Amino acid sequence: MNKKIKFNTKNLDLYYGDFQALKSINLEIYEKEVTAFIGPSGCGKSTFLRCLNRMNDLIDSVKIEGEIIFEGQDINGDIDVINLRTRVGMVFQKPNPFPMSIYENIAYGPKCQGVKDKTQLDTLVKESLVKAALWEEVKDRLNKSALGLSGGQQQRLCIARAIAMQPEVILMDEPTSALDPIATAKIEDLMSKLKKDYTIIIVTHSMQQAGRISDKTAFFLMGEVVEFNETPVIFTNPADKRTEDYITGRFG
Amino acid sequence: MICLIEKLKKEYLGRSIVTLLGIVIILVTLSITGFLFYKGLGTFVTYNHSVWEFLFSSDWKPADNFDGGGKVGAAIFIVGSLLISFLALLIATPFSIASAVFMTEISPILGKKLLQPAIGIFVGIPSVVYGWVGLTVLVPAIAHVFNLPYGFSVLAGGIVLALMIFPTITSVSVDAIENVDNGYKEASYALGTTRWQYIYKVMLPSATSGILTGVILGLARAFGEALAVAMVIGKMQTFPDNILSATNNMTAEIASDMGNSAQGGEFNDALWSMALLLLIISFIFILIMRIIAKKGEEVK
Repeated sequence: MNKKIKFNTKNLDLYYGDFQALKSINLEIYEKEVTAFIGPSGCGKSTFLRCLNRMNDLIDSVKIEGEIIFEGQDINGDIDVINLRTRVGMVFQKPNPFPMSIYENIAYGPKCQGVKDKTQLDTLVKESLVKAALWEEVKDRLNKSALGLSGGQQQRLCIARAIAMQPEVILMDEPTSALDPIATAKIEDLMSKLKKDYTIIIVTHSMQQAGRISDKTAFFLMGEVVEFNETPVIFTNPADKRTEDYITGRFG
Repeated sequence: MICLIEKLKKEYLGRSIVTLLGIVIILVTLSITGFLFYKGLGTFVTYNHSVWEFLFSSDWKPADNFDGGGKVGAAIFIVGSLLISFLALLIATPFSIASAVFMTEISPILGKKLLQPAIGIFVGIPSVVYGWVGLTVLVPAIAHVFNLPYGFSVLAGGIVLALMIFPTITSVSVDAIENVDNGYKEASYALGTTRWQYIYKVMLPSATSGILTGVILGLARAFGEALAVAMVIGKMQTFPDNILSATNNMTAEIASDMGNSAQGGEFNDALWSMALLLLIISFIFILIMRIIAKKGEEVK
């Protein structure tokens, strides 16, 4: 089966001031798969993830060199960042619903894009919540504050919020590290369902998680991609000694 | 033994001094409050005026003697204070919020380099200077623009006060905005919203309780300011017809007549009653701030 390449990076370097955080990253990310980035803290995996929707623009001292080709276009160039971010959604480590109602949280993104029609918004909110496996739990309290939800529900709300933009890609930056095991299981379950429709890229600290949910895994170390392959290969037959040391728990 | 003294010094000396100083401040606050009540209630207890007369009558002719029998209706001053303070708030708040947004989100570098020091200077200017500049520049300007015989007015007082409370509201708003969870910003940007959409729809609503605290603080400051207002308000003992009319307010009246009245006389006591009213109003402001802050906490 030939899958399409969604993201393709070429010699991507990233600097925070003088510190080089990413060193010549070359990665191909395929569509409708789950790609996991693993590696010790500070290895650059989150930084790399944030390149894919230009979230690093929020940090002043960042300088990026090299290419990130997304659907044939280099997104490091002079592109419409707003448009990019509507196509590449993101879910963060700490659930961060807005201090608004559940409904408004989901409708916020589409409204900012100019969707005004109430029925259209209603449908969008419902569909997104259904896809994020949250509809049954919140359908009777859509107008209540999102901050009253549990951590796991909040994170699924954040996923629903991203889905409401009808993106092609969803980036997830350690989405379960602030959650308990049951909430984590629900989110993992959700990811395997979502990959039918979306390309999912997840940064995770948990190797078990990467093993359970991802199709491909990239191992990051000190700003470099040491190894990138099918997940089973990375975990059972890694080519690089450093990968083997990491996944067997010898460091990190 | 020496070791024990050392230990006592280290453990208790600092703590005792801090506690003692804290207690002194609390005592001072309590005694000022007590004193104001003692003095301020004289009008109602010694001279038998009703609270109703004091608050709602505009007949102000207190007798400067110990027999009483004058009129102590302070409504003109109370209305003057309210009008000028709210006008100042109306003028200052939009500038304050805009400056706070500029400093935090639009251009932090320019904001920190230019606007922040400018606001610091605003705070440092003594109120007599504000009043004097108001008297020299603003009052003639208002007379000129609106073609009036003189420019002493509610408007002049409101503008001078607006300048004086602008830094207060701005700096509290900056704190409120900086306290907004950075996660909201990331979440909003990641959804493809523009900076303005984030500011308008997420950031400002989240910072509302903090900004309101700043607004109330500014209002309290405006209410209590005497000197600068006294210089531009015109000190006319009439209700203003509109914001271009001269009138008077509580602080200006206290400041101008406190030295001209006999201690303990009816006039003097009536002024103390206004001082007490100012204190009560500032207590109310503090209470409102507490309630807003608590509501803000609940939302978070």
